Amino acid sequence: MSPEKASLTVSKIRDGTVIDHIPAGKALAVLRILSITGKEGLRTAVLMNVESRKLGRKDIIKIENRELSSKEVNAIALVAPTATINIIRNYVVHKKLRVEVPDDIVGILKCPNPTCITNKPREHVVSRFKVASRSPLVLQCVYCGTIIREDEVEKLLMA
Amino acid sequence: MGFRGRDVISILDFTRGDLEELFGLADYFSSNRRSYKLLEDYVVALAFFEPSTRTRLSFETAAKLLGAKVIGFTSEEGTSLAKGETFADTIRMLDGYADMIVVRHKNEGAALYAAEIAEHPVINAGDGKQHHPTQAMLDLFTIWKLFNKVDGLVYAVVGDLRYGRAASSFIYGLTLFEPEKVYLVSPPLLRARPEVVRVLKEKGVKYEEKRSVEEVIGEIDVMYVTRVQKERFPDPLEYERVKGSYRITLKLLEKAKDHMKILHPLPRVDEIDPEVDSTRHAAYFTQARFGVPVRMALLSLIVGVKP
Ligand SMILES: Nc1ncnc2c1ncn2[C@@H]1O[C@H](COP(=O)(O)OP(=O)(O)OP(=O)(O)O)[C@@H](O)[C@H]1O
Ligand SMILES: [Mg+2]
Ligand SMILES: [Zn+2]
Repeated sequence: MSPEKASLTVSKIRDGTVIDHIPAGKALAVLRILSITGKEGLRTAVLMNVESRKLGRKDIIKIENRELSSKEVNAIALVAPTATINIIRNYVVHKKLRVEVPDDIVGILKCPNPTCITNKPREHVVSRFKVASRSPLVLQCVYCGTIIREDEVEKLLMA
Repeated sequence: MGFRGRDVISILDFTRGDLEELFGLADYFSSNRRSYKLLEDYVVALAFFEPSTRTRLSFETAAKLLGAKVIGFTSEEGTSLAKGETFADTIRMLDGYADMIVVRHKNEGAALYAAEIAEHPVINAGDGKQHHPTQAMLDLFTIWKLFNKVDGLVYAVVGDLRYGRAASSFIYGLTLFEPEKVYLVSPPLLRARPEVVRVLKEKGVKYEEKRSVEEVIGEIDVMYVTRVQKERFPDPLEYERVKGSYRITLKLLEKAKDHMKILHPLPRVDEIDPEVDSTRHAAYFTQARFGVPVRMALLSLIVGVKP
């Protein structure tokens, strides 16, 4: 095999989802947003730091037998705004979706303010952020007003 | 939008027009001080999960003067919260008994959460460091009474702008009007929070951060003073070094405009020298008295009744 042809080959999936054009290094954060831990038993391929014409390097996730809901798709935009979602049916790309940060981000991020009501464990308040600005991304906790910026989002993802 | 049937969580939920309607009615109650039967068939719950004197008593006085029945508690002690009942369950219970719930709580967002749970209107009487909308309403009403306007004046908000909910709410309240300029005067550690500054920017209010009152004293029409607490400083020496810059003394006031007025949400400890009380600048006792008519106006408007 010539060096140019060297590539990481993953067998084709019949049905499922390919998340392409994830910024390099963000694949694991995307998996956290989707609550995919590996324990679900889904056949999943995670490719990291592969060459990309558009991004230089990128990550790719291929999940067999799971089609993502539009709510899940949009939450991905929090850490991977460049991602494209390819829904695969019968081995071919059936649908291609772009991701967009939703207006309301519910139950995905933990508020960094320790005295926010959403951090009182016994009250079970679901965290909620609204988009204050899309670019640069700025989110605001609906309950306590705390502002978070793009670079803080990843560490605030709930497990 | 009006007040009828609405929750009062943040002053930013209201418009200038709403506040002007509130001021008009507060003015009426202020000059017609007697008891009314407007809220005769209503029960107002005062749920003070965190202690309070002024806010609680002024709500209680306001509700009683309007003829409402008042129930409630003033700290978690002696309630079933001490036994482990959740905040949510306590609110559900009060919602079953009362037509309106006034909530104070140490956590930011508690009032909004209560409003999501309760069917009846919830009034935020202070949630952690975040909002204190009824304080801002009475602060702005005081200025409206003293100057016949809120627009066009130069303000200095002084002290702990980071953790002080009264200061933050006052700043938010000013953004509903057209102040000439707002100076944010605080030690660097206690600067206004990013979300507060963001609103000033969004609303196009001219503002500037300063470190001492001296720098702006000759320019301002209204000084809103809050306390700089020693506990906020990791280094006690740093506190000793800066505290003098936030103390209001007769000497400092020599440089003030004649008509400059000093407001303070109270209680005050030592941030305003007692000698200042007898000067024409002191407006904080008048301000405190307006707590009752402003809250009478608010309760009436939420129920949708007028004298
Ligand atoms: N059956 C399949 N099994 C696994 N991966 C697949 C399958 N079909 C497509 N893909 C992968 O999904 C992604 C999108 O496929 P597509 O054929 O649309 O590529 P493309 O034209 O390069 O798309 P784009 O313009 O989004 O980059 C690619 O990374 C591709 O390797
Ligand atoms: Mg491609
Ligand atoms: Zn929060």
